[in-house]
Formats: sequence, C-alpha cells, structure tokens
Amino acid sequence: MRYLLVEDNAELAAAILKRLMLDGHAVDHAGSVAEAQDWLETASYDLILLDVMLPDGDGRELLRRSRADGGTPVIMLTARSQICDRVSMLDQGADDYITKPFDFSELEARCRAVLRRRGGSPRNEIAIGTAFFDPSSGRLRKGNETTELRNRETRLLEALARHAGQVMSKERLLDSLFSFDADVTENAIEVYVGRLRKRLEGTDARIETVRGLGYRLDLPR
Amino acid sequence: MRLAHLALGLILLAGTLSAQPAIEDRHVYEGSSPTVLRILSTADLSVFDPYLAAFHRANPAIGIDYSVVSSADLARMIRKGAAYDLALSSAMDLQFKLANDGHARRYRSEATQALPGWAGWRDLIFAFTAEPAVIVIAQDALAGLEIPATRRDLITLLREHPGRFRGRIGTYDVRKSGLGYLFATQDARATDAYWRLSEVMGRLDPELYCCSAQMIDALVEGELVLAYNVLGSYARDRLAASASDALAVVEMEDFANVMLRTAIIPRQADAPELAGAFIDHLIGIGLRSAAGSWPLPALSGIDAAQAAGFGPIRLGPGLMVNLDRLNRRNFLRAWENAVRQGADAPAGAAPAARENSAPPRK
Amino acid sequence: MRPLASIRQRLTFLLAGVAAVLSILSWLTVSEFARRAVGRAQDNVLAASVTSIVETLRAEEGEVQLELPYSAFSMLGAISEDRVFYRAVAGGLLLTGYGDLPEPRPEPPEPGGVVFATADYVGETIRMASATRIVAVAGNRVPVSVTVAQTTTGITQVARDLSRMAALLSVAFFCIAVTLSAIAARASLKPLSEIAGAVARRGPSDMRPLRRRAPAELSPLIEALDRLMLRLAGSLRRSEDFIAEAAHRIRTPLASVRMQSELALGEARTSSDRARLRLIIRAVDESSRSAGQLLDHATVAFRAEDLARDPVDLSKLALRTADAIRPTATMRDIEISLRADPALVSGDAVLLDTALRNVLDNAVKYSPVATDIHIAVGVEGGEAFVRVCDQGPGLGGGPLDALTERFRRGETAAGHVGSGLGLTITRDVLRAHGGRLILSNRDPKEGGGACVSLILPSA
Repeated sequence: MRYLLVEDNAELAAAILKRLMLDGHAVDHAGSVAEAQDWLETASYDLILLDVMLPDGDGRELLRRSRADGGTPVIMLTARSQICDRVSMLDQGADDYITKPFDFSELEARCRAVLRRRGGSPRNEIAIGTAFFDPSSGRLRKGNETTELRNRETRLLEALARHAGQVMSKERLLDSLFSFDADVTENAIEVYVGRLRKRLEGTDARIETVRGLGYRLDLPR
Repeated sequence: MRLAHLALGLILLAGTLSAQPAIEDRHVYEGSSPTVLRILSTADLSVFDPYLAAFHRANPAIGIDYSVVSSADLARMIRKGAAYDLALSSAMDLQFKLANDGHARRYRSEATQALPGWAGWRDLIFAFTAEPAVIVIAQDALAGLEIPATRRDLITLLREHPGRFRGRIGTYDVRKSGLGYLFATQDARATDAYWRLSEVMGRLDPELYCCSAQMIDALVEGELVLAYNVLGSYARDRLAASASDALAVVEMEDFANVMLRTAIIPRQADAPELAGAFIDHLIGIGLRSAAGSWPLPALSGIDAAQAAGFGPIRLGPGLMVNLDRLNRRNFLRAWENAVRQGADAPAGAAPAARENSAPPRK
Repeated sequence: MRPLASIRQRLTFLLAGVAAVLSILSWLTVSEFARRAVGRAQDNVLAASVTSIVETLRAEEGEVQLELPYSAFSMLGAISEDRVFYRAVAGGLLLTGYGDLPEPRPEPPEPGGVVFATADYVGETIRMASATRIVAVAGNRVPVSVTVAQTTTGITQVARDLSRMAALLSVAFFCIAVTLSAIAARASLKPLSEIAGAVARRGPSDMRPLRRRAPAELSPLIEALDRLMLRLAGSLRRSEDFIAEAAHRIRTPLASVRMQSELALGEARTSSDRARLRLIIRAVDESSRSAGQLLDHATVAFRAEDLARDPVDLSKLALRTADAIRPTATMRDIEISLRADPALVSGDAVLLDTALRNVLDNAVKYSPVATDIHIAVGVEGGEAFVRVCDQGPGLGGGPLDALTERFRRGETAAGHVGSGLGLTITRDVLRAHGGRLILSNRDPKEGGGACVSLILPSA
C-alpha cells in the first residue's frame, strides 16, 4: 500500500511514518499543501492521510482538489473536534476522519474500512503454512474453505504472522489488540489464542505456548 | 254685519283709520278645565263646527272660544295684538303679510312636516284646506243653453244673452271682500279674459257681494242666475243641504283658482301649544286620505301636477304685491272702470262703496 | 428598552394630519364660497327685483305712480322662504311700503345703479337693494328711491346646509385619506419590513451579505448591515479559528506524545515501563476527550439558542452516525445493527448528530468486547424515536435521571475514559428540540444492558 501522509508536525509525522512502515506500507510525507501537491503530481497513492491545518493553507482545500481529480480516498486527521467541522469534512468528500490524538490501531482500522469500502484494497495475503490470511479483510482461506475472523482474532493472528517463528510476549500482543482499555487483562489473550488455534485447525500452522515468555506461530519449513 | 265694514283691506294697508271690528258670530265650547283656546276665524260656524267639535271631543278638558270675523278684520285685529291663540283665514295674502311682517309664531311638528311644500311657509303659515273658486248657475236660466266650460264660453254666453243675465249676475265686491280681491287679482294675473269678462259683467249691471254664502243664498232664492268666483266648498255644501238640482256648480276648465285656508299662531298667543295641537288636528283632517264627511275639501285633493301648474295660489311674497297701497288703488280703479261702468261710479273719483267709507288716503 | 413609535404609525399620523388640515381648509373654503355664492345670488335677485319695480315708475296725474310687478316679489320667494320688505320714497316722502325700513347707505343711491346694504330690522338681519330713478312730475325732477329687502335667515340656512354637506364631504375625504395614508405608509415601508424579515429568517451562523435590491434611502442601511455582518462573520470566524487553532496547538503535540508513547510501548522492555506508558496514553485520551466534549457542549448551548428548523430524517442520520462509529466498534468486536424506518423531525441536523454520537460513543465504550449494539429508528404515537440498546452492564441501580447531570458519571463507568458530559449534551439537544431522553435498564433475563431512547416530536 502506498500512503501519502500530509502532516506538518514533524514528530507526529515521524511516529505515524514509523508505524505505517513497520506494517509494511510505503509512505511519503508532505509537510505542507504545496509539498503535498508536488507528491500528488508525481505519484499515485492508495490513501491520503490529510491534516486539516497546514502552515500554507487548509487541508480541506487539498481535499476539494483531490475530489475533483477523483479517486484517491482521503482520511482527515484533525485536531478540531467541533461538530460542524466533522459534518463539513464528510460533506466535502472525505471518506473518514479521525480526531487527534488517536489510537494507531483505530487509524489502521479506519484505513482498512475505507479501503474496503472503496474496493481499492488488493489482496495482500500472508501465507500461513497451507492457509492464506488477508489481514485487511480478516479472511482466512484454507483450501476451498474461507472463514472470516473477528477483528481481535485478525489483529492477533496478524501480529503473530508478521513475526512468525518469534516469541511474542503477552503484553505485546495485548498492545496490538486493545485500545488501552482498562478492562482487558492478559488472561484475555489466552482466550483469543484459544479461538485462533481452533480457526487454524486443519492447517499445518501452529501457535506454540512458550511458558513464561508468550506465544509463537510456528510454520513448517 | 260684514257689510258695515268695508274696505278693511285699505284701512289695513294704510294702518291709520280705525273702525270697530265686529265679531259676527261667536261660540264657546266649554272645557272641563280653565284652559281655553281662542280662535279667530273667517269660516262660518256652520261650516266649521265639525272641526271644532271633533277637537273638543278629543280634548274635553280644553275649552274653545271661536269667533268669526271678516278676513280684513282678522288681519287688522291680529296686527293690533288682539288676544287670540290661532287665526284661521281664507285670505291668503293677508295671512301671508301677517307672517312676513312678524306677527306669526313659528311652529313645527310631525304634522307640519308632513305638509307638502306648497302648503306652508317658513313654519309660520299652514294650509289645511284647498278650496277652488267656481261659478254657480241656475239650471232654469240656462234652459236650452250649453253650460260654459271656460271663461271665453262664459263671455260668449253673457254677450249673446244679455237679457237673461242683466241684473242677475253676482260676484264679489273686491273692495270689501279680501277673498274676492284675492281671487280677482289672481284671475287678472292668470288670464287677460278676466278684464273682458269684468267688462261684460259690468255692462250687465252685476250685484256685488261680500261673501260666498250670501251669493249662494241669492241664487237659491232666485235673485241670481249666475255667480262668479264662489267658493266651491260652500256651494256644494249648500246644494247638498237643499237637495235641489236647480243649481249647477261649474269649475272653469281654462283654470280655477284654488284658495288655501291657512292658520297662523299670532305672536301674542297665550296658548301656542294648544294652537299647535289644533293646527295638527286641522292638518290631520286636511291630509286625510279617506273622503270623510268634512265640509271643507282636503289638501290631498290637490295632486302634484296641479300644484306645479295652476294649482293652489302660491304662498309666497308675490301675494304681497296686490296688497301694496298703490297696486291696490290701481287695481280697484281698473276694476271699478270695468264693473261699475255706466253705473254710479263717478269717473276719476275714488271708488265708493255702496254703503259708506271712503278708501283711505295718505 | 421601549421602542419608539413605529415609523408606519408616525407616517400614517403625519399623512392623516395633513389630510385633516386639508379637509378643514377645504371645508372652510367651500363654506365661504357657499356663503358668498348664496349671498351673491340673493343680491342678484334683490337687484332684479328692485330694478323691475323701478322700471314701473312713472308720473301720472301729477303724482308719482308705481306698480309692483308680481314677479318682483315672487322671484324673491323662489330662492328661499325669507321675509320680504320694500319701500318707495319719492322726494323724501313715503310713497308705499314699510316706512321704518332702515335707510340704505350710501344715501341716496346714484340713479341707475343698485346699492346693497345689510342691516337689522324687526329682529332679523336683512339684505337690502336700493335703486333710484328721477321722475319728472309736473316739471319737477323728483328722485324716487326704491328699496327691496329680504331677511337672510333662509339664505343663511341654505349656506349652512351647503357647509354641512361640505363638512360631510370633508369627513369622508379625511376618512379616505387616512385609509390611503395607512396603505401608503405600509407600502412605502414594505422594503424595510422585507429586509427585517430577511434578517430575522436567517440561521444562527448565516453571515452572508444581504445582497438585496432596496430603495435608495435604504441602501445605506443595507450597506451598513452588510458591513456589520461582514465584521461579525469576521470576528466569529476569528474566534472559531482561535478555538480551532488552540485545539490544534494542544492536540497535535498530544497526538505526537501518544504516538511516541505507543511506539515506545512497542519497544519497552520492562513491564513497569509499559504500565507507565499505558498511563500516559490513557491520560492523553482522557484529556482530549474532555476537551472535545466541552467544546461540543458549548456549541450545543450556542446553537440551541437560535435553533435551526430543517427537516431531518432520523433514519438517515442514524445510518450515517453508525457508519462513522463502526470502525471504532469493530476494534472491540462490537457489532452495530440498525433497523431504521423513516422518521422525519424538524431541527438542527448537526446537533442531532452530536446527540446520537454521544449516545453511541457511550454504548461502544461501556459494552463488553464482542457484544451487539442495536439501533432502532421509527415513529411511535406521533413521536419519532431513536433507541440504542447495548448488552453492557446497564446503568446501575442509582437514579437514572441523575446520569444526565453535568460531569456525573454512572456507577458502572469506572475504568472508562470519559468526562461525564455525554448524556448532558444529548439531553440538552433533545430539550432544545422539544424532545426528551429516556434511560432504562433492560431486563437482566433478556441479557441485560442499557437502552437509551431519544424521543422527538414528529414533523
């Protein structure tokens, strides 16, 4: 996936860039409207993450222009939470918006939702042994059989699959699953791992419990 | 007697000579209260009694003191301030002059409002009868002759049959009778036939009278065969009473003078409200729609077309013209020349009445 | 502040005043004309009368002779029922008539001419016309003066009648003028009331210039209004911008902090570090959420004061709001289902969206992982409703109404990020629309959970 991040706050931009790249996306960064326009003229993107307030103008201006070009989905990043702004951004054609500060997993979720809605999400399957797993749709294909995982199962499987063969601590898994709600405990991980093991039955992939350390997805060589 | 008071009109106009006014007739209707309505009138009691009696029946508390005088006496007495509450006269010109000269009191009521415009003047004079002047002819005298319909016919008749009429024609002595003078002046103004008629009558040695009643008496008694300018109301009344068809009442077709009998409340009246009530009573009868048995003709007998043309004699300042001293002198001179020709009238001298009294001169 | 008398009233009164003055003037003029015309008519008749009498003067048998023509008096009777007097004097001696009639002034009138005079006689005002003619009597030239007089009572009455008629006409004229004045005032003030109406009809945030064709006198007002509107819009925009800028300035670094913390969390080695980082992240979330709700609350209060009344279909609104919140719900494996029948209400779509969003936010927040939230929209008994039911712990046993009080949080809310303003905002929005908020706990036997119903008058 190719993203364009338009965000003038360098630290925030750096953090988002890092997270997106960790997830394996190609990301270009623009700090201003002008820069963003340069990028847009030279490359094409699957998704634009667009800050509303930019040093040389309003992100919504860019939004209108990209709407006129047609095509590229846009998620607005906004520090303004005023209700009329929310409505106006959607009215002006943004696919979605997210209010700063945000949970990165929520951003990811919204990105996936938008891409799915726009049908612009190519199959990006990860092979898990004999099965194939699409983290953006949560689909797990086993031969002719396809099952749809729930969100948390998807996120957990994605985290394990991306680090296949490595031991993932319960805490790290927890962080990738939950948006820091106080009501979730590490015991919940065990429940989800149990569910995932059932889902993966009939494949040659296996989730191993590494006592005291965490879990590991083992794939046959 | 009326004949004793000649030329009262002249006396009036000059306003100098005084003659004792004579109450010719008087009747008092006793009322149950001391209130008395005093009426001075020219209408004979015999004619007017029904009117008085009706009012008396309706208002038994009120006494009525009814006195009859000649029209000239009436005018003179009212002018001098005689104590009467109501003056009823047939001499419209004299009545009018009394009102014009401020001797009448204003009166306004529902009844007077109902009067047609020609039947009153300034809420001062009120007409309550409309009485045409007619000629009365003895049928015998005219045996074989056509009854004249116009003054022209009458002139022809008199000219062609002087023998039948000589000395047997009666008319008013306009020097003595206020009503006679009124009829004569109106005749003279309306038609030039009047003077020719006067001349023709003058050649036939006419008898002159003060009053309609006496003329009719003379007719009934056969002294006269023709009377000119008689009050039709009196004539019909008498004819009806005598139940004879010897006499014929003829209304001239060319035109007939219609006299309005009028009432005024003298300025000096003590009981003007009573007088007003009596006027309302008279107007009520005058405007009656049903025929009734009243001796005097109703105002309502005059229709609008008649009122507009030669209808009733107009109540207006024009009436005063003939009362003017000089006009009267000239008129009487002309009348005497016409009527008294060949008689005892001395040429160029002041007109002399048969009995007495020279016309006043200033 | 008591308003001054309305311009329309003032204009009407002013025009009516002018009409009154004109009416009175016209009445006075007509009355005066009538009086003069009637007086002149009487003079003319008197002159004709006296002339016709003078014409008859002649000498005869050594005397002055005179004949009053009938018409001389009857013509006087024709114009009114007035009393008539006359006199003829030859060489200083009364010839005929009323000797006590006042002497005409100037005396004696020139031969051939007619002079008029007004005098009092027998208690009434009379108008006299006199003419003189020289008559030769036995070789002597005798001046004969004839006077005809008439009272003016009837004439005055005629003039008075005319004057009364003129008065009636004036009153009628005045009434018509007042009516027309009112119409004229209304018509000429119509542009003003139209402008007032156009301004009054505007929504709370409509700051566009009026752009309205107006009479020349009003264009300064329009221009001033437009300038004011522009300044107002400017200052409003500036304060909005200020708030937006402030939020931006605060939230962007917060976002940065949160982002970095998340990254750090991924790399943290010790569990105490992780715990600390989680605390930081939660604190950031809480402060940003509080800020958002405070701003929302202020906006609701502001917009509710001058509520827009647009037709809003709650089913479409619910659909959109559910879509917007669904990604967040999905993260917790919460399914949002919707059964929506059209439910039309009139109100402010932005506020209604906020109200519903707060309810849904709460539902998502308080629902356990992997549960359902059900939204139902429809019309029931003349009222439109949106009912949001979850499978959470319910609203607790306390008084439910107290939950909508400001900064109050339910007893089951422990451990959740929130400021406690959510339901207050929702309640305020509903009250502004004449609706109400109903909170209820579902029967635990049916799975429990809370139901929040937004009830609005159906449009």
